[in-house]
Amino acid sequence: MAEAAKDLSTEKVTLDNLDPEEVKARIMAKYPPKVARKRSKQFVINKVGEDGKTPVINANVRTVPGLMGQRGCCYAGCKGVVLGPTRDIINITHGPIGCGFYSWLTRRNQTDPESTPDGHNFMTYCFSTDMQDEEIIFGGEKKLKQAIQEAYDNFKPKAIAVFSTCPVGLIGDDVHSVCREMKEKLGINVFGFSCEGYKGVSQSAGHHIANNGIFKHVVGLDDTIKEGKYRINLLGEYNIGGDAFEIERIFDKCGITQVATYSGNSSIDAFANSHTADLNCIMCHRSINYVAEMMETKFGVPWIKVNFIGAHATAKSLRKIAQYFGEQELIDKVEEVIAEELPEVEAACAEVRPRTEGKRAMLFVGGSRAHHYQELFGELGMKTLSAGYEFGHRDDYEGRKVLPDIKVDADSRNIEELTIEKDPERFNPRISEERKAELEKAGFAFNDYDGMMPEMPDGAMVIDDLSQWETDQLIKIFKPDLFCAGIKEKYTVQKHGIPLKQLHSYDYGGPYAGFKGAINFYHEIDRMVNSRVWEYMKAPWDKNPELAATYACD
Amino acid sequence: MLLRHTPTEIKERKALTVNPAKTCQPIGAMYASLGIHGCLPHSHGSQGCYAYHRSALTRHFKEPVAAATSAFTEGASVFGGQANLLQSIDNIFTVYNPDVIAVHTTCLSETIGDDIPQIVAKARADGKAPAGKYIIHANTPSYVGSHVTGYSNMVKAMVDYFSTSTGAKTKAVNLIPGFVEPSDMAEIQRIAEVMGVPYIMFPDTSKVLNGPLTGKYKMFPDGGTTIEDLHMTGDSKGTIALGRTCTMAAARALDSKCKVPCEILDLPIGLQGTDEFVDKLRLMAGVNVPDVLNLERGQLVDCISDWHQYLYGKRVGVVGDPDQVLALTRFLVSLDMKPVHIVSGSPAGKKYVKALEEVVADIGEEVNIKVPGDMLLFHQWIKNDPVDLIIGNTYCKYIAKDEDIPFVRHGFPIYDRMGHSYFSTMGYRGAMRLMEQILGVLMDRQDRDATDITMELVM
Repeated sequence: MAEAAKDLSTEKVTLDNLDPEEVKARIMAKYPPKVARKRSKQFVINKVGEDGKTPVINANVRTVPGLMGQRGCCYAGCKGVVLGPTRDIINITHGPIGCGFYSWLTRRNQTDPESTPDGHNFMTYCFSTDMQDEEIIFGGEKKLKQAIQEAYDNFKPKAIAVFSTCPVGLIGDDVHSVCREMKEKLGINVFGFSCEGYKGVSQSAGHHIANNGIFKHVVGLDDTIKEGKYRINLLGEYNIGGDAFEIERIFDKCGITQVATYSGNSSIDAFANSHTADLNCIMCHRSINYVAEMMETKFGVPWIKVNFIGAHATAKSLRKIAQYFGEQELIDKVEEVIAEELPEVEAACAEVRPRTEGKRAMLFVGGSRAHHYQELFGELGMKTLSAGYEFGHRDDYEGRKVLPDIKVDADSRNIEELTIEKDPERFNPRISEERKAELEKAGFAFNDYDGMMPEMPDGAMVIDDLSQWETDQLIKIFKPDLFCAGIKEKYTVQKHGIPLKQLHSYDYGGPYAGFKGAINFYHEIDRMVNSRVWEYMKAPWDKNPELAATYACD
Repeated sequence: MLLRHTPTEIKERKALTVNPAKTCQPIGAMYASLGIHGCLPHSHGSQGCYAYHRSALTRHFKEPVAAATSAFTEGASVFGGQANLLQSIDNIFTVYNPDVIAVHTTCLSETIGDDIPQIVAKARADGKAPAGKYIIHANTPSYVGSHVTGYSNMVKAMVDYFSTSTGAKTKAVNLIPGFVEPSDMAEIQRIAEVMGVPYIMFPDTSKVLNGPLTGKYKMFPDGGTTIEDLHMTGDSKGTIALGRTCTMAAARALDSKCKVPCEILDLPIGLQGTDEFVDKLRLMAGVNVPDVLNLERGQLVDCISDWHQYLYGKRVGVVGDPDQVLALTRFLVSLDMKPVHIVSGSPAGKKYVKALEEVVADIGEEVNIKVPGDMLLFHQWIKNDPVDLIIGNTYCKYIAKDEDIPFVRHGFPIYDRMGHSYFSTMGYRGAMRLMEQILGVLMDRQDRDATDITMELVM
């Protein structure tokens, strides 16, 4: 037994017929020694051991200045990602004009204002205090107060949120006290976020701050129990390209009621009421697990990890929800829906797959998408050679089992951890301890996420916070058939003659979630990896460079 | 309705900007830096800044936008960003090896007061900046001016750092374009070329942000003004700066530093704008205007006369950057159109507003002008007093759709259409293209609204 294990550990892994360790060493060799040491810990060759144990990857650590990576800032995570898709609040960016401008409609979160009675939708607007040097010198609180007043006078919203940008923290504006004062004065909910761009090491800090803020200021304000037998919240789904609509369509069909979505197609009213749901289903673990944890502690709502990217993952997630509720009626209905939806998906997949089979992909995006989308590529018979997150933490790579081992560094310690206690009146454990134990015994996982690495093959390269240099090298060395990342990487990669699929914005397509989304994705990937355009880079005269000449006598 | 909450009633706002028609300085500095050959723009601030700027420029150009960041953390924000910038400089030269790093600041590093020249001097002293490599900088606090100010500051930095005078004047004319498209820069160069004028254009983003797909990624594309040319700008016989808010500072600095006299003109948009440019260039360089340009000019005049009936009296809302707005307004007036609502998002000074007022003085209508203004106000004006045409950046499509008004995209950013970086709207040919776009949307509207009886085949 021990011998067998030894054999396994010395077995040479290969990746696309190359030695991944050698490739890694080659890429690292360019860096100054200190940088190479740091990046080496974020650049890991996967090896899945017993019980899904994987190598340790360094993640959620400081960006190396000058290397050019993909990450954005805390403000982007808070205002842009988590609160941006909530249509019926006025989000005021407190700071110079840029931050508000860049986060104005650029994330493609679709929303349907008609799905709430008041029809409010401020997502098409950009609100900013447009801070000037005079406020940097004398403070911006007065202007912020006035801006909140003007927002109220012009638009009469039911809530206003304020987002702090870098200079706000430095000059010491107390946005929270301004918000409290204006809340009192206007009689609507007004709350602020200290999400200055320099906080944390990536967008991730902003997600956490946003989670805290919503939980503190919004969740639990409305105890009305929404009608519906199986009431859930969908967390970490941002309705890019209409993903949340497709998931909602499937839920409706199954008879599952969504109380709230965090935060695609969301409304602040639904957040206020979300603690009345009976289950939290988490899509993007990285950006939203905090709210789920806090809701469980305070209100007794359990959470599970789901994934609606990929037809089979969708089916699996639906079954998991049905299993949780344990009602035969729901279990049967879910099976019926899956049986009804899958044939069309499978037919589409079978049609496309001969053209995608064996193609090789690389995915570097987000804090969950680089994992989830491997599902869809798997359905297309494509291999993932390398993947990594922009702002993931170790638990997103290695699974939540490593949570106790994660050292909290100075950058994370600066992000507030709320102390949450049981709500004396409203805490209500949704399932009994016995039932929970019974489910767990049957293999049902609560509060768990296994992470990306256990599901990836040995030898695959898992790279956190990928740099421009590493991107270039991976492309030159492996020449993958498809690269997945975001807008900043898109054309850099495509100049190499390799298609890049944006997994933030979906290249303005989608939805890709659920059953119908899977079909869209199959067709899109077929289009991309089989496009004729990549054949056009050489002109005929470059292919046949024989000399052309004219005779002197002509 | 996309902008369903826009109130028709206009209330004065002093503190709240809604739907800005501008963005912050650093992106302008980044764009200008990309117009130096072999240059890597560097954002000295938290990494969100460069992520946003690179994203915005990439969405606009559909091209790679290489740039680096100091990636401030909370610690750097408290103790200063020196360590981050030093590390960045070391890494950049080691890994990416550009000829120049162009550092611009952000609201963060400006608020804490980082001294870039001092940090760069330290980098040199520590041996982190190899000999023969340049590090230039511009202060671009986001809470002053706008993206056009940042562009202007970085272009001026090019003069401050590179322009030198050897005492021997050359025949070259410096051409400084404003924050315009790579296609515009190429068109301005083409005009100088057909006139036989030796020139140095800086910055020059043509062939940088409209590059080819060849299967080889070049972090430093073939285009961009070379360092050698930048040095030589100090010996040129004169400078023509196009678009005051973006280029005047550099042109004046070059005059005082190297005694290169300058002419500061509006952007060469439309007949008169191009006439002024060609005339000044002719006089400065001492050349005759070639037949090819006379032909193009004549073609433009011909087009104006051919299509005048569809343009005459049409009311227009124009929003954008100051230099573009002024030049466009002049062009529209020259076509007997009526620009009635005019917003520049960026501040541009009293003289600028006066110039704008003079251009529209005789159109026979009250004209709304707000500098700086925002797109909420612009939309409110349109709600109260509708127009036949909107000209502005992509964000105007929300207004255009809600109010059902024909719309031509012009300026920055254009996130949703092809063409701007390849086909110029400057010079005589550019003016024809702009007319073609305007006529296209106006006449599509006429066709759409025509009844079965009034539909016209020939127009």
